[in-house]
Amino acid sequence: MTSATAELLSELQLDALTELVNIGVSRAATSLREMVGEQVYLSVPNVSLETRARAIAILAEREVSNLVAVHQIFEGDITGRALLIFPETKSLELVRAITGGDLPLEDIIELEQEALAETGNILLNSCLATIANMLQRSLKMSLPEVLRGNAASFFGLAPPPDAGDVVMFLYINFEVRKRDISGYIAMIMDLPSLTALKYLLDELIERETGETSPVSQ
Amino acid sequence: MSYKLLIVDDSKLARMSAAKALSVLYPDWTRLEAANADEALSLARETAFDVALLDFNMPGRDGLQLASDLLELRPATPLAVVSANHQEEIVERARRIGAVFLSKPLKEQALSAFLQDAVRRLESGHA
Repeated sequence: MTSATAELLSELQLDALTELVNIGVSRAATSLREMVGEQVYLSVPNVSLETRARAIAILAEREVSNLVAVHQIFEGDITGRALLIFPETKSLELVRAITGGDLPLEDIIELEQEALAETGNILLNSCLATIANMLQRSLKMSLPEVLRGNAASFFGLAPPPDAGDVVMFLYINFEVRKRDISGYIAMIMDLPSLTALKYLLDELIERETGETSPVSQ
Repeated sequence: MSYKLLIVDDSKLARMSAAKALSVLYPDWTRLEAANADEALSLARETAFDVALLDFNMPGRDGLQLASDLLELRPATPLAVVSANHQEEIVERARRIGAVFLSKPLKEQALSAFLQDAVRRLESGHA
């Protein structure tokens, strides 16, 4: 846990948030598996509070090549952006996997933009809808937008006017080994949402645990 | 008859939530908790348990690998692997190992059905 994280979220709040993301992304992986017809492998999610610059640096360390992202903004009690990110070199392979693999290259190239937007839409919605349902709140999702660039350009998108420098940053890797496709889902949430998020996490913790006091083994 | 449930999940919230459901369904059962596969295995070597609930996506070895290890240690123990990741391959692997697959977030009703079946197996001596 970074010091910023420890200051702003209790250990159990962070645990609840990580578990929420884990459940959301697991559902998204199940949707992706249906689309590509092959098993999707997931890493364990990493959730922390970072400065915007540090979040960019973490992503930049992971990928040096050009990236493609499907980007959606979510708004409601909590506001932020969710991105499905993968190396640009894998994007045609992803489209090929989703369209069944029988199409000629020129058709795949033509379909690329639309197929990526739709895939991102399904995965990010599946993830965010699960999180919203568990928090018992509704989140409004923008239409998906396909971006090309690098971590700095994705995270340097104009923040809301009252956004601070610290963002809640989370990412989880996914991989379709048989198709050599890999990428990750990242979410950033601006700090003004954090107070609302803490409240929602406390509500979730209370619903899930009731009166049972924590036990150590 | 009261039994002992092993709960393995890297999320403390998930362990607390399962503990709450157990206290409603079987208040006289006891439980053991572990946060990962290694911890669960060393606990299982020292302490007997009757039934286990294992998270799938954990740092280190996943819940299915842990299920195999636990069954080697205590064959025929009723086990459930719990995950929101219900891809066919994962559900099928759970079935092949001899574990039940339960969806996350874990619903009391689904846990109840698994535990009732586990009790039947334990009481008929098939576990």
